Amino acid sequence: MSVLAPAEEAEIAAAIAEAHAHATPLLLAGNATKNGLLRPVQAATTLSLKHHAGITLYAPNELILTARAGTKLADIEAAVAEKGQQIIAEPPDLGALLGEEGAQTLGGVVACNLSGPRRVTAGAMRDHVMGMRAINGAGEVIHSGGRVLKNVTGLDLCKLLAGSFGTLAAITEIALKVLPASETVATLAIAGLDARKGVAALSAALGAPFGVSAAAWLPRAEAARIPALAGFAAPVALMRIEDFRPSVAYRSERLRAALTDFGKGEIIAEAPSRVLWRAVRDAAPLGAVAPGEAVWRVSVRPSAGPGIIAAADALGGRAFLDWGGGLAWIVSGASAENHRAITAAVRAAGGVWWLMRAPDGLRASLDVIPPEPASLAAITRRVKAAFDPAFILNPGRLYAGL
Amino acid sequence: MIRLPDPKPETLAARARIVAGLRALLPESGVIAEPLRLKPYETDGLAAYRQVPLAVALPETTEQVAAVLRFCHENGVRVVPRGAGTSLSGGALPLADAVVVGLMRMNRVLAIDYADRLAVVQAGVTNIGITEAVRAAGFFYAPDPSSQLACMIGGNVNMNSGGAHCLKYGVTANNLLGLKIVTIAGEIIEIGGAHLDAAGYDWLGLLTGSEGQLAVVTEVTVRILRSPEGARAMLAAFRSNEIAGACVDAIITSGIIPVALEFMDRPAIHACEAFAHAGYPLDAEAMLIIEVEGSIQEQDDLLARIKEICARFDPISLKVSQSAEESAAIWKGRKGAFGAVGRISPDYLCMDGTIPTGRLPEVLRRIGEMSDSYGLKVANIFHAGDGNLHPLIMFDANDPESFHRAEAFGADILKLCVEVGGCLTGEHGVGVEKRDLMPAQFTAIDLDQQRRIKTAFDPDWLLNTAKVFPLTDALAPAA
Repeated sequence: MSVLAPAEEAEIAAAIAEAHAHATPLLLAGNATKNGLLRPVQAATTLSLKHHAGITLYAPNELILTARAGTKLADIEAAVAEKGQQIIAEPPDLGALLGEEGAQTLGGVVACNLSGPRRVTAGAMRDHVMGMRAINGAGEVIHSGGRVLKNVTGLDLCKLLAGSFGTLAAITEIALKVLPASETVATLAIAGLDARKGVAALSAALGAPFGVSAAAWLPRAEAARIPALAGFAAPVALMRIEDFRPSVAYRSERLRAALTDFGKGEIIAEAPSRVLWRAVRDAAPLGAVAPGEAVWRVSVRPSAGPGIIAAADALGGRAFLDWGGGLAWIVSGASAENHRAITAAVRAAGGVWWLMRAPDGLRASLDVIPPEPASLAAITRRVKAAFDPAFILNPGRLYAGL
Repeated sequence: MIRLPDPKPETLAARARIVAGLRALLPESGVIAEPLRLKPYETDGLAAYRQVPLAVALPETTEQVAAVLRFCHENGVRVVPRGAGTSLSGGALPLADAVVVGLMRMNRVLAIDYADRLAVVQAGVTNIGITEAVRAAGFFYAPDPSSQLACMIGGNVNMNSGGAHCLKYGVTANNLLGLKIVTIAGEIIEIGGAHLDAAGYDWLGLLTGSEGQLAVVTEVTVRILRSPEGARAMLAAFRSNEIAGACVDAIITSGIIPVALEFMDRPAIHACEAFAHAGYPLDAEAMLIIEVEGSIQEQDDLLARIKEICARFDPISLKVSQSAEESAAIWKGRKGAFGAVGRISPDYLCMDGTIPTGRLPEVLRRIGEMSDSYGLKVANIFHAGDGNLHPLIMFDANDPESFHRAEAFGADILKLCVEVGGCLTGEHGVGVEKRDLMPAQFTAIDLDQQRRIKTAFDPDWLLNTAKVFPLTDALAPAA
């Protein structure tokens, strides 16, 4: 197992060109905190972009930041926080969940399109990638988009590469839209609602004119793992409002009044709110993942969320809902039977899944994301070849044989 | 003048057979082939370019679209998808040997789900039609291009349309959940659905803004949002473009993102005031329209903060709307800007570049210099928060020389946008209009990468041929 970790883009391009010439598979990584996601990659050589790091431009007045892919996400979060701004999609740190200790990079978060609670109202990580430089599988430097906030010039390769898990190109630099961070935050918590009523409350909140920015539902046991929620000793629906102080004060009260049919509701103040949404973001309510367990991430229409919870419950698993009920996080025993049961429920709900963590043997043998219909799978194969003609970049990460 | 490719002689020769073949696939009235009835389809919002198509097909179902595309594919016939034909970049301009596939008969709202906050609509539903369908429940569809009364959601998807309010709500790509598409081979594919995010490749993101190069969109699942409690606008007028630009920076860096932040220069102010009588200050060099949302108290709070910021920039006037009527009057001038310019000039080209917002004063100064050297007037309207610049170049279409100068002026402006770090088009698309400028923004390698993706979807390059990619390459599939 050899590891290449060049610092310069030209060296990264040369390494990929070399691998292309010899049809050598490459495992693309940043700090390798996400190698456990989806299928294992069969490659003797790792190409790490962790040394290709650094913020290259930050214009707070233009709401744009560009950074090399290997930049630690925490460094970017700190840089924008210093100017009172934030990364819009609130990307999670899944290190604890995945059992990885390294610092995740911007490139990794974008390549996996990971978004946190704010995704339900403010868009995914991919929505705020305004531009990109990348090296395709032939070792050529390509770029798409730019460092401006609106751009429809040519095909939008940024969205295609975001969430492609390094299978099309090695992203080397990313231009990210950022926004002002809110002055304060508060959370309306309504305890005692089962999944169906809880999601109905979240839908009512997201359908109210009070600018709810995140909405999650936690079963009793999962809520108990969050200190601010343990006192409820019940399942709890959580709705976040972020804005200037007068707005947050006004809207959280209006929201509470609008949702009285669902329960009395309690307003959680700024400091515990920040802690609890960070926990939701990082899937911490699931608790520690044991070696014999697997983690699934599921996206369905919000009203189908309770059905996914029921499927997880039937397996004796742990689960909770974010994104207004549309994102389900599930932990259960790592077995093909459990995978079949969960994915059948997701398929019936018309949604998608990602197998986020499982023993290597298992994740090599399962559909870690939903298979595409034949007509689309054929396009996938042709588009993969259009970027990576020798099929050397992260082979097998998404689909066996691709 | 932008060149169109030579029609395929074999297609022109087979016209009668192609029309008969289409008639076999569609209802009686679904195929147009008579020269007089083809005439309305010869152009779109870029009216300087005209070309009557071979025929027009007006399918009513996704299956009919699939049958038409399969037929065209089997017969090597080029296809130009069309919604309302409002493209300002010539995205729906026909070719002499192409069948225009018009989606306007697919105009039904198929499903609305308030709990999951989505609507499923056919491609021919107008942009405003979606909002009208959900307004009674207090919801709206956010992207609001100026043509929203006419333009159709299928076209919005293909152009990734924006609008004056996308500073807060994002563009089309940020407001979609799913698509039903038909490939050139006639395959019907569902992309996305009612959930957020793709598990595999983000086809939804790639198809959005793909200008009809990859597939034909027949159904769209959009996110619908609850309308805010209210909205109110204010006007701020300044002595120079530089000062107004600095004020925009100050607002954004203060942490306020208004729902809209529109900039107009002096010629735009004068044209719009003459048209709308909105009370715009005629002695100003630059004016901002700033809109905020929320309850009355929240509006008051935000407008007070913004007013305080504007006051630091020696404004000529600051006017906070006191009512919905006053806000409507403020917007009337801006929304009528294109029509207003049309009243002072027989014809105009509406350009659409994006620049880093900090470069605005410099860009406006250089556009002013170009205006002098080309001898053509220009009015500038700018989505100031996101850097999207719309120079309206005035010319006389009866004078071909004037038109050619206007085109050259426009190309120079777009090259300037790229030079300062921006791009050729922020929301109108490349179409035919900016096709030949693509090498200013992209390397040959970049364009080849995009062409290979087109080829992966459309191996024979039959879909919306001669748009987006420079002509010689557009006709030859990438190796």
